[in-house]
Amino acid sequence: MADKHEKTVDPHTGTATTGHEWDGIAELNTPLPRWWLWTFYACIIWSVGYWVAYPTWPLVSDYTKGLLGYSERMNVTESLQAVRNSQAKLNDAIVNDSFADIKANPLLLNFAMAGGKVAFGDNCAGCHGRGAQGGLGFPNLNDDSWIWGGSFEQILQTIQYGVRGDHPETRISQMPAFGVDGLLTPSQISDTAEFVLSLSNLPHDSAVAERGKAVFHGDGACASCHGEDGKGNQEVGAPNLTANIWLYGGTKEAIMNQITTGHGGVMPAWSGRLDPATLKKLAIYVHSLGGGQ
Amino acid sequence: MSCCDSIYARALILEHTMTDISTSITPAASPTPGKKRAEVSPPTQSTNLYKAREPIYPKLVHGKFRRIKWIFMAVSLGIYYLLPWLRWDRGPTLPDQAVLLDFAHQRLYIFDLEIWAQEFYYVTGLLIISALLLFLVTALAGRVWCGYACPQTVWTDLMIAVERIWQGDRNARLKLAKSPWSLDKTWRLAGTHVSWLFIGLATGGALVFYFADAPTLFMELVNFEAPAVAYIFIGIFTATTYVLGGLSREQVCTYMCPWPRIQGAMFDADSLLITYRGFRGEPRGPHKKGDTWEGRGDCIDCNQCVVVCPAGIDIRNGAQLECIQCALCIDACDEVMTKVGRPTKLIAYDTYRNLEAEAHGERARIRLIRPRTILYAGLTALVGGLMLFGLSQKTIFEMNVVPDRNPLFVQLSDGSIRNGYEIRLLNKRRETRTFALSVSLPEAKINVVGIDGENPPLTVAPDDLRSIKVYVSVPREKAATLGATTPVTISARDTDDGTETSRETTFKGPER
Repeated sequence: MADKHEKTVDPHTGTATTGHEWDGIAELNTPLPRWWLWTFYACIIWSVGYWVAYPTWPLVSDYTKGLLGYSERMNVTESLQAVRNSQAKLNDAIVNDSFADIKANPLLLNFAMAGGKVAFGDNCAGCHGRGAQGGLGFPNLNDDSWIWGGSFEQILQTIQYGVRGDHPETRISQMPAFGVDGLLTPSQISDTAEFVLSLSNLPHDSAVAERGKAVFHGDGACASCHGEDGKGNQEVGAPNLTANIWLYGGTKEAIMNQITTGHGGVMPAWSGRLDPATLKKLAIYVHSLGGGQ
Repeated sequence: MSCCDSIYARALILEHTMTDISTSITPAASPTPGKKRAEVSPPTQSTNLYKAREPIYPKLVHGKFRRIKWIFMAVSLGIYYLLPWLRWDRGPTLPDQAVLLDFAHQRLYIFDLEIWAQEFYYVTGLLIISALLLFLVTALAGRVWCGYACPQTVWTDLMIAVERIWQGDRNARLKLAKSPWSLDKTWRLAGTHVSWLFIGLATGGALVFYFADAPTLFMELVNFEAPAVAYIFIGIFTATTYVLGGLSREQVCTYMCPWPRIQGAMFDADSLLITYRGFRGEPRGPHKKGDTWEGRGDCIDCNQCVVVCPAGIDIRNGAQLECIQCALCIDACDEVMTKVGRPTKLIAYDTYRNLEAEAHGERARIRLIRPRTILYAGLTALVGGLMLFGLSQKTIFEMNVVPDRNPLFVQLSDGSIRNGYEIRLLNKRRETRTFALSVSLPEAKINVVGIDGENPPLTVAPDDLRSIKVYVSVPREKAATLGATTPVTISARDTDDGTETSRETTFKGPER
């Protein structure tokens, strides 16, 4: 610590010292450069003007607004509106044009696919996955196996009204819980599952599958929805069982589980939540994922 | 050994600097009464560390190097100002300006060379070559870049020449500077500064022409219809040319430019530097016609080398940071030496090694080829060769293939496996081309999103990039023979000339 506090003028530079001295080394009290000091004062004056012109001080439940009425939030709202206005023409065309017309117009198609991709990421990816690859209980939208149909109109209808939702026009199908409700015995369920494996040419026991086939067409009455050949029926939302594409898994255990419980997922209706143009863009995007018919 | 040489050279430079300081501390020993070096005051007084610039009024000199500099100035400024106006036919769709940096379309046109934004590394190569060439000439002959070619030197030289037209040569300018304000002084100074501003305006004006079609932009500029950015850049370059070339001059080289400090590492005892050959000149002193030259040096202390110097230094004090090696002192001294009947080259391009040798009455060999120069020349040749090779391999069609990562693959209802690829086709030709895709997988089907039919032909517009989403599917039986990852080649064949461009990628499938 300093042991002397006597302020003196340094003889070498002519500058006052702070009076602090450490082992004979004194500290100069060099004044701030004039230009720096004036810049600093100018900044203070500037800031006063800033308080008047711009929103500055927080109050208890409000803040000072400033004379210029500047608002970052308003700017965002305005620029979003400007973007919407600039896209209005394209969006109108998306709503009014037929799917074939949109497909024939590269500008509209690209606009729809880009918008559909964003809307998909925002709304659909939560269940169907970022790449629409789906998961257990959530259909993969990249493949060509469709429960409710893969044409543009069918996809649009599914998106608009949902599946097993609360919209009056929602798509509804209900597979019976054959095991839970005691419609089939456990051995019948096991046999049927073996037959379902055989439909997709997966490894199976032919003799057991033969017994299952009888249940499929007989006691279970599976064929009434899934069809005589097991190829399903998109009218009633019965999946194709011959495609080796599985919503709830393709192992024997998973198939038995499905026959026992009759799972069915729920997809919300989007028609009230998204505007018509976005719905159509979503349908075009999903259709373009590779499985569209 | 070049490394030892450079240490040796630095030691020499240090020695010179030390001598400078010691001589300037003792006023009696100061070799140049006209030019003050750093004054060291007794420590009892208060010291002001700021020293205002002393204006320099370089005298006009005639001679070989001045002539070279005039020619170089005319050629380099001529190229700079006129090049944007040179036309070069590239067909109807492309600009016809010989040198054009087109930011809007991300192209650099240099005569027949067209560089796209993603090929900008050619420009990097050009900069590396420039730097290496700079190293080479600096190792050979010191700051020749600074002395002859640097824009700061060229424009300052031009500004001084203009100043001379308005205000006369050194003595007249000195007198004018000291004289009180008068009508004569006012119009001479005004004329000088207006001329400088005009040169600045022309400099900034020429610069913007490199970024847009020159005749069009010129008419827009005249009619005040040009984009604001053009006016802003003209303003910036007018101001910098006026301030740096007209007002700041040698201060830019001494205080602002990093290059003088870097190049100190590049010359050594064998570099040819502009040097006062003290062994011949000393002891200096005034000489009357008819006096003997016996027992004295050739330097008659006429100060001509000092008054012509644009950096305001005395070359006789040895190598100095301020010296841009413009060689004007050589011309000035040669003129005087011829007049008094002594051999020229008292100030000349010479090496430190020779100076040391001459001090002992010997001569040192000039060694232009030495490890350092061989290294710089070799590196220049290497980078130049790489660039030439790169340019010879420059493609006119490029393809980019990015496989989908989510999902990696999709299994379809007939058991086939499908992979998606984002493919970008870049057509650098000035005409529309059609391409056909193929995949090195048996029985693979190719579909393109947005286009009906299998493997449709793909047209790419001239000078354009087309992005497409491609699906490749392999039937169930074939897919069963593939592993989780199969290396494949996707090729695009130009249907017009049959050339094929291929990219390696992978085809993903389920684990087997």
